[in-house]
Amino acid sequence: MSGYRTPLSRARGLGSAKHGVGHFIGQRVSAVALIFLVLWAVDSALALAHTDYENAVLWLRSPWNAILASLLIAVASFHMNIGMRVIIEDYIHKPPTKAALLILNLFVAVLVTAAGVFSILKVALSGGAY
Amino acid sequence: MSDAKGAGQRARPISPHLVGGEHILFWRWHLTMFCSMMHRATGVFLYLGAIVGATWAFSLASGPDAYGLFLVIIGSIIGKLFLFGLTFSAFYHLANGIRHLAWDMGEGFEPKTADTTAAAALAFGAAATLAVWVIAALTGGL
Repeated sequence: MSGYRTPLSRARGLGSAKHGVGHFIGQRVSAVALIFLVLWAVDSALALAHTDYENAVLWLRSPWNAILASLLIAVASFHMNIGMRVIIEDYIHKPPTKAALLILNLFVAVLVTAAGVFSILKVALSGGAY
Repeated sequence: MSDAKGAGQRARPISPHLVGGEHILFWRWHLTMFCSMMHRATGVFLYLGAIVGATWAFSLASGPDAYGLFLVIIGSIIGKLFLFGLTFSAFYHLANGIRHLAWDMGEGFEPKTADTTAAAALAFGAAATLAVWVIAALTGGL
């Protein structure tokens, strides 16, 4: 295959999809981060499962919990956006439908990050609804 | 196309897609194939889980009433079933994701190794899920 490519095309390294290996590398780097963040999240969920509103607020006011929860929601959104993008590109071939679903996928990932991180900061910095 | 086939023409070779005409599965079912499908399915489940996770933070930021409503929904039978599936999805996707990272480094492609790690990923997902739910039950989290 590479024998048919021009030297300029090889130097650009973008391939037929025109965006190179950015998604490939991003998906793997975020996966490594998520190994630790997800294990932390399961441990946290176990702690939060038997607490009420006040204790949940106290938990999220702890700086490390707020930092790791924000990182989890941001990195998970990044990772799931790429993953769902691959699924859409694999199964949806009609250009308008594909474009619409890819935009929706991006909007969901950005909205999850924005809503999650803003909510976490609001609780962490002000103590919830008060 | 098949009706255009002339005398002496053989059936053309086909590329190994997962499913072909008239919804025939071209590939024999195998553990590694099942694990690959499960990786995608659990990934979609975790996508929904992330939305629920953001909803948890949003309800906590919205006050005691909103958080109480969230706890009622997530504490219902359907909520717990969802969380159980989410727990398995997280552990399985994590374990199978490590298989993917190993493959990216060129390791673990031998059929026997791939079979063993496939079974290990499924077993880890099941065992870790059970462990977490037993801990949740013992600590009053259910």
